[in-house]
Formats: sequence, structure tokens, C-alpha cells
Amino acid sequence: MKRVYPNKDYCIGCHLCELACVTAHSKSKDLIIAFREERGKDGLSPRKRVFESGDISVAISCRHCDEAACVAACIAGGLRKDPETGRTVYDRDRCVGCWSCLMACPYGAIRRHPLESKIVKCDLCEGREGGPACVAACPNQALKYEER
Amino acid sequence: MLFQPVNKNYHEFCIDRDPELCINCKVCIRQCSYEAHFWDDARQKVMHDNTKCIGCHRCEALCPTNALTIRNNPSDFRSHALWRPVFLQNIYKQADTGGVLLAGMGSPVDIPIYWDRMLLDASQVTNPSIDPLREPMELKTFLGAKPRRVEVQTGKDGKPELKTKLAPQIALDVPIMFAAMSFGAINFNLHRAMARAATETGTVYNTGEGGLHKSLYKYGSHTIVQVASGRFGVHRDYLKAGVGIEIKVGQGAKPGIGGHLPGEKINDKVSETRMVPIGSDAISPAPHHDIYSIEDLLQLIYALKEASEYKVPVSVKIAAVHNVAAIASGIARAGADIVTIDGMRGGTGAAPAMIRDNVGIPIELALAQVDQRLRDEGIRNNVSIVAAGGIRCSGDVIKAIALGADAVYIGTATLVAVGCTLCGRCYTGKCPWGIATNDPKLSKRQNPDIAAKKLANLIRAWGHEIEEMLGGMGLNSIESLRGNRDKLRGVGLSDTELDILGIKHAGR
Repeated sequence: MKRVYPNKDYCIGCHLCELACVTAHSKSKDLIIAFREERGKDGLSPRKRVFESGDISVAISCRHCDEAACVAACIAGGLRKDPETGRTVYDRDRCVGCWSCLMACPYGAIRRHPLESKIVKCDLCEGREGGPACVAACPNQALKYEER
Repeated sequence: MLFQPVNKNYHEFCIDRDPELCINCKVCIRQCSYEAHFWDDARQKVMHDNTKCIGCHRCEALCPTNALTIRNNPSDFRSHALWRPVFLQNIYKQADTGGVLLAGMGSPVDIPIYWDRMLLDASQVTNPSIDPLREPMELKTFLGAKPRRVEVQTGKDGKPELKTKLAPQIALDVPIMFAAMSFGAINFNLHRAMARAATETGTVYNTGEGGLHKSLYKYGSHTIVQVASGRFGVHRDYLKAGVGIEIKVGQGAKPGIGGHLPGEKINDKVSETRMVPIGSDAISPAPHHDIYSIEDLLQLIYALKEASEYKVPVSVKIAAVHNVAAIASGIARAGADIVTIDGMRGGTGAAPAMIRDNVGIPIELALAQVDQRLRDEGIRNNVSIVAAGGIRCSGDVIKAIALGADAVYIGTATLVAVGCTLCGRCYTGKCPWGIATNDPKLSKRQNPDIAAKKLANLIRAWGHEIEEMLGGMGLNSIESLRGNRDKLRGVGLSDTELDILGIKHAGR
């Protein structure tokens, strides 16, 4: 399946991927409104994070692992593998906010929703024309959406 | 931020931040390598310090909401035709520091640009123009000594074959090459990108005086290796690695000045390539300490030819200076196959500002004079001429060729293609565009895949434009234009200038 692959050699740590992610998952689809208002009001937060250490920076989001530790750990059936697309799909209604998936994920790619007992996780911008917003926004092509 | 030396307030740029658009996302803070943007805890918002802005426009380019505009500081000194602000600011700086003013990139001084005073011819009725989309157009160029005459004999198979032994040549698909920019001055990502773009477009790049990293030897068929006064990275394999060897005697941006790569730029990879210790300054003296005459130059040329088994042409690069034609003639007679002339508008990583702005002459005049002198002496075929130093567009390229160049080098244009905004701080090692820096965090800003593509696009675009202009003149090959000054006319030039350029005034 196609996944978003980060390349730490060319990630410049600008965090534009996070901004693109926030915008793509906002109601308004407007960066300024999403960042200024929806973030605080709705707890809108990026589904990917840029981790930095010294010269190294890299943008991490859900890897959509074939044998996903988060799915195995989920007690409520809120996370499952879609057999057709191979994606790790999140069902918000089933999520009970136990954070088992957070602890199971070896990449730290799942986050808590800042306001609710729910999680925030990359959905590869399902349904978005042109693929994941983070990939389109990366100014240095450090994110690639491809089959490997 | 508040209390600082008075001189700091004579800053060059202002950062305009539109509060309607700024979302305090901090992208500008992360992009600015001069820390002009910062997070203000007390105000809980992104602020900026105009005195630190160098005008690189990196923040402006990456601001996701277009909230930033960088502009020149509108505050000006009392207008004075003689004491322009730049002179005052320089004196203020020097009165503070007592040091030589350093500058990067080419000279911003307003000296005549003869490219803009020359116009090309176009075909009309009796000699119709050619449509390059339908007719073949030849941009292929060969650099190297050409025989005075060729002899042909009939081979055993009854077919004609060349009897004359040709001197080694560098074949170019387009007469545009990437100028010498050393690995060290620019980072490895860009060196690799230049190598790849040159290979893809059938031209060559020049290593500059930094040696050639082992991993780039595979691009050797599109590489000119340079030997300068410091001899950094020069060894047998290096000399054999490329398709040409260039002896750098002078550089247009700083004639008579050597090179200096600060120790901070010498990391493990640069150290390995240059053969100097990590962290030590790499200083190239102004003179080659084994060249004090044309005879000495001849010895070096033939030493390099010997080392490379006479398989590649040897070029000599000089800065455009007074009596350049006589110097070029000497170089041709010393056995060089190519003479490269670098005009005073050429770029550099670091040069004393006074040298950069006051020494040398424009390439147009130098080129015209060198070509004419070599023709007058009957030795023009012995060397190819390469022009460099401030070639901005394909129009400049084609005018250079009409003035007598075989090909041109582009340096600054190469850097602009990958983002350079000519902020002129190459010598600080903090290049915000990740070009003139080896800082691992900054050099990452140049992804070689993107850079190689942009450079190849630039060469292709200029190639197409040159074909169009050639077609417009009714010519179908670049060879037909070389030194064809009848295709040029001057506008607003004095008789002396026209005489030096060897062209007529428009209307004649």
C-alpha cells in the first residue's frame, strides 16, 4: 500500500506539514481560521509531528503497519486494519480513550485529543484530492507518498 | 533588543509582518539562520528584530500565510550624490571594527552592462528565419584546440576517414556550463545536483578548487577538474577523472586575490576531498607559487597534460583585467586548449568588498578584445574561449557567442536557480537557502533531487531560447554565430566602446 515516508536527510524542520495537516482536517479548510480558532475551540491538532534533535528533524505520522501493535492493543475495537486498503482505520465512536494504543505504538504516532478522551491519528487524508496534505505541502520533498 | 550600538540602527532591511495574516506558527523563526525572528514570551507572539535581517527572503518564501514582506529600510541618509549611503555605512562599520569589509556574491556596483547595450539581428525577407520546432537546430559545441586544416584519407573499407589527429575536445550539447564552485564553498548536495544536471543535459560542471569527492567520479564524463594555487584535492586520479582540467589563475569577482575557505566549513567530507585537516582554514594564495612567467605556465600546462596522458584539454582561467588580450595570447601560446575569461561581475563566496567593486573589467569588453587579438595573431583556432562573470539569461549567452565565445560558464545564475536571492552573506557559512554552507541543518535545505531538476530545467530552457534566437537570425547552428559580430548592434555606446566591442551602432 502507499504510505507517507519521511526522509530525515531532507526534512528541514519547518513544520509546514503539521500546518497542512491541521488545515486538511479542519472544518473551515482555512489555515488562518484553523490555526487561530479551531485549534483552541475544537482541540484541532495535527496528526503528525516533527521530532527534532540537534541537526536531525523528521516528521512522524501513523505508519499503517501491516501488523499494527495499536490494533492488537485496542480493547474497544476502535482501531482495525482495512483489508482492502491496508490502512489502519480509526473509529472514533468506539474509542474509549484508554490510551492502550498510545503505549503500544512504537513510533509515538498516536496522540491524545487535547480536549476529549479520544485519539488523533493520521488517516492519510482519506478522500482528499491529491493525496495527503502534508506531502503536498513539504517544501523540500522530504515526505513521499508512495508504494515501497 | 532595546539598547544597542547606534550603528546597528542603520540596518538595511525591514520585516513587515501583517498581523491579520500572521498566525504565530513560527515557521519564520525556524527558517531564519540569523535569528531575526523570535518567540516573545512576554507578548506571546512571534516578533522580529529588523537589525538582524540580511534580506535573504527565506522567511517570506516559506511563510504559509504570506504574512511577511521584506523591504529595504526606507530610512535614508540626507541625499548626496557623492556620499551615497553605502559609503557612510561602510565607514561606520570600519570605524567600529577596523577590519577589511568582506562581501559575497558579485559586485552590486553600477558599472555599464554592455549586454544590455547590444541588440541581435533578425532575418526578414531574402534570408528567411528558421523555425526551430520544425527544422534541426545545432547547439553542439566542442571545446579544445582545432587543427588549422584537416586531411582526409580513404580507409581500407573504401570510406573516407580523418587523417589529421585531433586534439582532445570537450563535447557540449549546449554551450552553457556550470561554473567553478568548489565543494566546501557550496555543499555536497549541490555539488551532486550540478553533476547530475550536467550529465542529464549533456554539458559539464566545474569542481572548483575543492577536489572531487570519490562518489562523484561516476559523473567524470561531465566534469572539469580545477587546479588552483592551493592544489586542494589534486592527485593523479583526480586529474584523470574529468573531461578537462582547468588551471585557475584568476577569478572575475576578485582578480589578484586568493581563496579562503574558513575552517568552520571544513567537515569530514570536505576534509577528505580537499586533503586538509578537519576544521583548518584552506587558504589558496593569490599567486601560484610556481608560475611567474608564461614559460612557467607552459610547464604546468604540460605537466598536467602529461599526468592526464594528453587525453583531455587543459584550460586556463583568468580574470578580465587590463591587457587581457595580451595575457590570453600568452596563454594560447603556452599550450592551453581553452582560455576562460571571468568578468568583474562574477560571483564569489567571499572577497574584500573594495576588490570586488573596483578591480577588473566587464566581460563583454574583455571577451571581444581577446577574440579579436587571437584572430589577428592567427591563433584563434588553437584555443576555445569561454566567457564567464555575470551571465544572466540566454540573451547574454547568445551575445557572448556572437562576440567570440565558444561557450559560457554560469555561476550566480546556477545558484539563483536553486533559491539564492543574492543576499551576499556567503562568507558567513549561514546561508539560509542551504547553498553556501556545510552546516548539516542548513545544507539539508537543498534536496539534490529538486536542485538537479531545477538546474537541468534552466539549461534546457536557455537552450530552447537560444534555438529560437538563432532561428530568428536565420542560423541553424551555434557555430555559424560564433564571433559573427555582424549579428550585433550597439545602442547608446561611444565610438571607443563600439571599437572595443568590434560592433556597429544600431542603424548602421
